[in-house]
Parts: sequence; structure tokens; C-alpha cells
Amino acid sequence: MDKRTTAAAVVAELRDGMTLGIGGWGSRRKPMALVREILRSPVKDLTVVSYGGPDVGLLCAAGKVRKLVYGFVSLDSIPLEPHFRNARQAGAFEAAEWDEGMLQWGLYAAALRLPFLPTRAGLGSDVMTINPALRTVHSPYGDGEELVAVPALSLDVALIHMNRADARGNGQFLGPDPYFDDLFCMAAKRRFMSCEQLVETCDFTKFGSVHTLKINRTMVDGVVETPMGAHFTECPPDYGRDEAFQREYAATAKSPEAWDAFHKRFLDVESEAAYQEAVRVWQGAAK
Amino acid sequence: MSGAGSIDQRASRAEVCAAAMADAFRGDGEILVSCFGTIPAIAARLAKLSFAPDLLLTDGIAHLLETVQPVSGPVKTDPVIEGWLPFRSVFDLLWNGRRHVVMIASQIDRFGNHNFACIGPHAKPKAQLLGMRGAPGNTINHTTSYWVPSHSARVFVDKVDVVSGVGYDRAAKLGAAAKFHDVRRVVSNLGVFDFATRDHTMRLVTVHPGVAVADVVAATAFPLELGADVPETRTPSAEELRVIREVLDPAGTRDREVPS
Repeated sequence: MDKRTTAAAVVAELRDGMTLGIGGWGSRRKPMALVREILRSPVKDLTVVSYGGPDVGLLCAAGKVRKLVYGFVSLDSIPLEPHFRNARQAGAFEAAEWDEGMLQWGLYAAALRLPFLPTRAGLGSDVMTINPALRTVHSPYGDGEELVAVPALSLDVALIHMNRADARGNGQFLGPDPYFDDLFCMAAKRRFMSCEQLVETCDFTKFGSVHTLKINRTMVDGVVETPMGAHFTECPPDYGRDEAFQREYAATAKSPEAWDAFHKRFLDVESEAAYQEAVRVWQGAAK
Repeated sequence: MSGAGSIDQRASRAEVCAAAMADAFRGDGEILVSCFGTIPAIAARLAKLSFAPDLLLTDGIAHLLETVQPVSGPVKTDPVIEGWLPFRSVFDLLWNGRRHVVMIASQIDRFGNHNFACIGPHAKPKAQLLGMRGAPGNTINHTTSYWVPSHSARVFVDKVDVVSGVGYDRAAKLGAAAKFHDVRRVVSNLGVFDFATRDHTMRLVTVHPGVAVADVVAATAFPLELGADVPETRTPSAEELRVIREVLDPAGTRDREVPS
């Protein structure tokens, strides 16, 4: 089956109030082209599940987030995501702040179609008090342990970004870490993968070992080729993080005027191609 | 390279802190050490290069490095990689328990309850900090120590705003589920602390050279356990000073975290 589609067609499937999972980690291999397409859409009131980076910051700044499930939101080289901070400090969304390992467990439970998975992570901490819906379970094996029952994080839609993919929905990561992208896909009803480059299936092993083929086509409904689609997050070995642009982005959290100017110049444009062109012009001027 | 004999033997406060933090890893054996902050990063490397050669360190990405990289100055461009540790394997490893983490405390109380998530009420914080990150899972699964670069009563507080890392009073209430809880040591720019007291409240173990016990007490919002005679923190050996200055931190970034 040919699963090639466009970012616009992917985002057209989103509805207000949906639960959206976003792959990658911090400012690393994020499906930013798809996130930018959401920013150009009227979709709102999203519940977002993410190992958060600028994907979360942008969605917060654009007022798209009703609830966020997260352990952290960071730009890595800038430890605190400033747009996320602004939104938190304004109380702009419901903050389901978990231990970052619990997040994996919730996604894994959803992926395995289980209602929950047990763990010690969270016990005794205020994760249990700031998330009053979290429950514990007693071990049935006589060891006396009471454990956190991490509820399944079932997603309506998952978005991930890979280095290479084929038209049938197989995906390949070529950087050092697969993150949790396979779990995001397996936890979701609809799964969309952007990629740096579409390749023939027979060419995957020219780019990396079989171990890099983490995403198989049972996990994916649609594939979008978006070169530089993780910009300004890193996507090694194809490109590193655009630190200068990330600093520019982060600085726009200082005032509504700065954010408005950034939004107008880079986000309120007609397409991803227009974004990439605006970045090229900015980079030329910055030199 | 100058020999240990020609080195200025006077240790800076940052160097005293680094050696004190390194001592937290004595006896840890073959475990992963994860460090946040410049001084803990120097400390783990110092321990590995001297008395704790079996420690495992990562490059902060997804590789276990046999090569010990400096925290400043040029890194070795072709380090020896001894293993692959993507985030998923990090969670497995830390729930498996073979890890000692050093986290920075924005707030810590007398039972070792820790906060770096936010300041103020969680629903609408005055200052959003790191969030929970891995602190709940770390503290309930393996050995944890804390680093405080600037000791004050705003950090050593009576009550933390949010508990991210679990302290001894809360662990005691959990019973069997807290069997792996172990908050070992707190190092600040003023002294070294642990919880080896009858009720697991924080004890001042040593004060750094040049610091009076009264200074530490005044900069701490809760009553510290104090022995009759609080000794001074040890100063680094000549060889440790050489390794810190010439190998691990030639650019002196440690002095920016802890000015002398």
C-alpha cells in the first residue's frame, strides 16, 4: 500500500480536543514540519503527550494546548523551554506532570492494550498528589508492595519524524537514539511519520544496519517526505540542531511583540516551503 | 604537563567541593553515574580516574564512554565507546538499580525531600523549573545524592514547594516499595551532609575549609543535626588537584559554579 500523503492531509484529520502524541525527545528529531502545519490550522484544545521540546513550546505559545502530559520540556542546549514556562506560569493549561519514566510506561501500556503497568516510579513524590487520578495497586504475590498503576496513554494521533522511510510506512532512524517513537505509534489510533527522505525499501540497508529499522509498517498510516522537517531540532546524521535559530526562537518568549513578529515571519506563512525559505533568508541576514 | 610537585597545593572551594562529591562514589563499583552540574561532572570523572575505575559514564547522548572526557577545553574527538545506552535503556538500567545520580536541588528539606520542578504552587507556579524529570523514579529506585552550588535558607528549606525527589520521611511511609531508596549525600558550597541519624534527618558531616559551622546553620532554614565537633572537609590531594586542573577542567569552569 502506498501511504504517501501531505502534512496538510495529516493535520486535516485532527479534531479539536484530540489527544496527540509527539515523538522525539527535547530538541531532538521532532516532527516539526507537522507541528508547524498544526500551527497553521484552526485545531485547538489538544491534549499533548510528549518528551517535550519546542514542539510543546510552539503549541503552547499558539494557544493550542488544553492539557499536557509530560515529564519535562527542554531545548537541551537551553535547559528550560521559555514558551512552555510562560504558559505554565500563566496557568494556561492542565499540567499532568509525571516522572519521565512513567511516560514511557503509559505509552507502553497503551501499545500493549493494557489498562496500566506497575512501577515504583512516582511513589512518595508529589506526582501522586498533583495527579490525583493516579492510582496504586497491591502486588498479588505476597511481597507487600504497593505500586503505581501507570494508566495507558492512549492516543488519537501520533506524529514522529524519521531519517528515512519508504512509501509503505517502514521507518529508519540513523541517529544515536530511537527515543520512544515506536511506542507513540503503537499507542495511537492514527499514526503519521514524516521523514527527511523517502527511499526504496531495498535501499534501507545502504543507510544503516537492520537495527535502525525501528518503525515497521504496522505502526504507520501515512508518510510525509519533509526535508529539514525536524528543523530547528537536531536530526543527525542529516543535520545538527540550528542553535542560532533556536536562540532566536527562545528569545521571542520575552515579549508578546517579539512572539508576534516571529509568528508572522516564520509560522503564519502559507506552507512548510515558505517556512524553509524564511529560515534561509534569516540565516543569510544573520551571517 | 607539570608534576604534582610543582602544583599550587592550595585548593579552591570548587576543588574541595569536587573532591567531596567524588567521595560520594566510593564503593559504588560497577554502576552508572549520572551527574548534573559542573562540580558533580568533575567529581564523577575524578572518581573514575582515581579510586573508582569501574564506574560507567555516558556522553550525555546515548553512548557509554570508556574515555574520560574533560568538562572544559577540547574533548577527545575519537573517544572509546564501550556501550550503547539510549534513553529507553537508561530507564531500564535505573529501575534495575545500578545507578547513582547526582541532581541539583533547587529546594531540599531536613528529610531529603527535593524539588527542582517549580517554585510556588504547582497548579500555577511562580517559576516553572525543570519539572519532575526523572527525580521520582531515580530516588525510589537507586542511590541519589544532591548538589547545591549556592547554599542558602531559600534552598535548605523547612518545606519544599513540590516533592520531586523522595525524602526519608516519605520513603518510610511506603514500606517495602521503598526498599531501594537511598539518599546518600548532599554537598553544598559550604559543607557535606548526610542522613545517617536515628530519624534520618540531615546531619552536617563536615564544613569546608574557611567555613564556620555557624555560617552553615545560619544559611539553613531547618535545624541541622550537629556533632559535638564538626570536622573540616578534606582537601584534594596534589594528584587530584593536578587531574582537576590539567585534565578535567583546564578552562576553570568550576570557579564559575563555585566562586572562591
